[in-house]
Amino acid sequence: MEKTQNNRAWFLVLPVLVLVAFSAVIPLMTVVNYSVNDTFGNNEFFWAGLDWFDEAVHSDRIHGALLRQAMFSAIILAIEVPLGIFVALNMPKKGFWSSFCLVVMALPLLIPFNVVGTIWQIFGRGDIGLLGHTLAAIGIDYNYTSDPFDAWATVVVMDVWHWTSLVALLAYAGLQSIPQAYYQAARIDQASRWAVFRYIELPKMKGVLLIAVLLRFMDSFMIYTEPFVVTGGGPGNSTTFLSIDLVKMAVGQFDLGPAAAFSIMYFLVILLVSWVFYTVMTNLDRQEAK
Amino acid sequence: MRSRSSALVMTFYLLFLMVPIYWLVNMSLKTNAEITGTFSIFPRELTFRNYMVILTDPSWYMGYVNSIIYVVLNTVISIAVALPAAYAFSRYSFMGDKHLFFWLLTNRMSPPAVFALPFFQLYSSIGLFDTHIAVALAHCLFNVPLAVWILEGFMRGVPKEIDETAYIDGYSFPRFFIRIFMPLVASGIGVAAFFCFMFSWVELLLSRTLTSVNAKPIAATMTRTVSASGMDWGVLAAAGVLTIIPGALVIWFVRNYIAKGFALGRV
Amino acid sequence: MAQITLKNLAHSYLPNPKGEQDYALKEMDHVWQDGGAYALLGSSGCGKTTLLNIISGLLRPSHGRVLFGDRDVTDAATAERNIAQVFQFPVVYDTMTVRDNLAFPLRNRGQDAAYIKRRVDQIAKMIGMEAMLSRKAQGLTADAKQKISLGRGMVREDVNAILFDEPLTVIDPHMKWELRTQLKQLHREFGHTMIYVTHDQTEALTFADKVVVMYDGRVVQLGTPEELFETPAHTFVGYFIGSPGMNFLEARVSGTRAMLVSGAGVDLGDDHGTPSGRVQIGIRPEHAVLTEGQGLPVTIRRVEDVGRHRILRAELEGQPFNIVQPEGQPVPALPRVAFVPGKINVYADDWRVAPQGRAA
Repeated sequence: MEKTQNNRAWFLVLPVLVLVAFSAVIPLMTVVNYSVNDTFGNNEFFWAGLDWFDEAVHSDRIHGALLRQAMFSAIILAIEVPLGIFVALNMPKKGFWSSFCLVVMALPLLIPFNVVGTIWQIFGRGDIGLLGHTLAAIGIDYNYTSDPFDAWATVVVMDVWHWTSLVALLAYAGLQSIPQAYYQAARIDQASRWAVFRYIELPKMKGVLLIAVLLRFMDSFMIYTEPFVVTGGGPGNSTTFLSIDLVKMAVGQFDLGPAAAFSIMYFLVILLVSWVFYTVMTNLDRQEAK
Repeated sequence: MRSRSSALVMTFYLLFLMVPIYWLVNMSLKTNAEITGTFSIFPRELTFRNYMVILTDPSWYMGYVNSIIYVVLNTVISIAVALPAAYAFSRYSFMGDKHLFFWLLTNRMSPPAVFALPFFQLYSSIGLFDTHIAVALAHCLFNVPLAVWILEGFMRGVPKEIDETAYIDGYSFPRFFIRIFMPLVASGIGVAAFFCFMFSWVELLLSRTLTSVNAKPIAATMTRTVSASGMDWGVLAAAGVLTIIPGALVIWFVRNYIAKGFALGRV
Repeated sequence: MAQITLKNLAHSYLPNPKGEQDYALKEMDHVWQDGGAYALLGSSGCGKTTLLNIISGLLRPSHGRVLFGDRDVTDAATAERNIAQVFQFPVVYDTMTVRDNLAFPLRNRGQDAAYIKRRVDQIAKMIGMEAMLSRKAQGLTADAKQKISLGRGMVREDVNAILFDEPLTVIDPHMKWELRTQLKQLHREFGHTMIYVTHDQTEALTFADKVVVMYDGRVVQLGTPEELFETPAHTFVGYFIGSPGMNFLEARVSGTRAMLVSGAGVDLGDDHGTPSGRVQIGIRPEHAVLTEGQGLPVTIRRVEDVGRHRILRAELEGQPFNIVQPEGQPVPALPRVAFVPGKINVYADDWRVAPQGRAA
């Protein structure tokens, strides 16, 4: 759509600006303040320059968390995106069963994060959980509180359970926008199932899939509550992701300086990735508008 | 033939989604003795005691009330400020609009963990700590950008000629906006409200950090009770089940818009 | 290529159709001759597209059989039928180039590369897209996309039939005419069976050798353009074909005479027996002549000059009545209208009654 040049539109944006500035900019300033100061309590601060940043950049602890975080995000994207597309392709297109699937699929998305954690914490326990009990019954040695691999598997499966539906619903929305004539034409042209997917469905889903990948990447990169409830970051540090580590540092140990420096770098990484996605996405929008 | 394999895939997937939830419901209807003593797929001695505990104890059920208060507050605030902004973004180009839009989006992407402590200090210093409005405002951090984004997507789909016709017909901007424009993007508002509700309802880190007693959300009540009363699994499960219900109700109301909604109006 | 036979074909979208009104297509028997150029004409919602989709196999008919030659293909998938179909709105594969789009049906059938290239170039030339072959299909204009759809429909040489579902809706008027001429040319050259769905009578009459008129889920007439004009088999055909359509007057018919409601008599020229039911006589506006002496008194309401002739909007027996008058003839002061004998059709309950003793 052609947009009119009108700087008075700023007045319409003003409420949002004030509100977000209040809830984002002021806290962020506090963080910046902490990141360059040292404190021994009592609200006394000493200028620390970039020492905290230096420390954070060279901290093995943060490196470890970052590595685990990147691995976690990569794994769940690699599972959830193809699985979500696959589920969307198999969903009924209309009628009662379509609504039924939509409602059931959306359900995990509306469960508070810690309840999701609780559900899986219970579900995986060997004594009272269906999953843990069943695995034990068929002779698989599974314990997410002591075995790092089991802990990882549990956290990953939980995330897949929690969020695959988001990808599937987005992909489904993309599929719904394809006119029936495209499928009919493909049948007339004797296209294979794969060709239909490759040349009709995938191109139409491109836009929404990008949103899906963006949301899933960001949210998995910020994940805190669910793994915290299930494993508490353990065993050891094996499921301590960036946010968990950050909260441990800031609230648990009250190491405000390093935590703040860490926060800012964390934020910058996310900013960078968002910017890349955003640019790709707006370019895509423009291409389609042509 | 293809539809049968599709049905099979969907059955498996939906089972995968439902079984953990079923297990929670199952547990919530058992006595603690049965939960820890015998392993059963169905409750042998059906009991509603766990639910009674929650529904008769104010420290439990007030958690729900608190959660619902701040979620509704947040949804109303988010939509109210996002509407004019989304209109501006969808209709006008103005100085710095693209940067502003992107900056808004980055807030949706900022980790709550980064903001937890500064929020705590900010709201403590202005005396809003442990109030519903504090949590509602804090959740605006990610919900306002999201609402702007969704609404902008929907508003782009409304032809500009509608605005022009209304102005020619002598409508003032506020009247046009409320009488004509808002009904046209009603489904968009519904979807945006749904998402604000959803993200505010599921979030725990900020809401727990900003509250202690008076505005404590149900989700936080649950974590406290686990450590305090030891292993009252039945009550924990019942509390979990009760947190799922508002979400399920909301989904039911918007089920016809879910698909388009999740695409944020961009299909 | 093969003759396409529809045997006792009917279709309902409902699982348990009760009465006739539940059928989108009423029972029909119909043969599409091999190599014919057919137009399927009718107003929106009369079942044209349903019929087309049944022939191409996109839809399985709820009743009856579809035969290609002697082979029963009712249960055969679209791919097995080897049919090409062009849809109302352009369907192109956005991420492919124009060339790949045109080659797509051939590649799916595993044709060899040299042949594909030759054939695609040939088709591209025909639809005038040679210059754009290496462009992405995304971002082309709607009519360019529709030309690609047409090209894709015609690219296979061995198809049993090519079906067109109002393919020129999105095309510019002058381009429409050109493309239609090309389709006709193509038909002459390769002799494919073509079925062209449209609700535009000009399109139908200029494209087809045989026009099939559908009304309310039924084929009401199959005939040459001339037959549709001179002897419409159903009042709908009379009304739908021609501009303006046929005039109908309530009457009682016995032998060669018709008696109108007012009691005035009309000479039919042929013996039509004594049909029962609701009887009407139909007269083309072109076959009504204004006179001063004989005929029935008529009131002229309005005169529309459309160039080569004039259309007189008149009133006869209290009913609207249209007359086409050749250019340069005056309108008399006390006009009367006479009908050309032998050009009057008689209808009983909307269906034409053939005159006796003469093949209709």
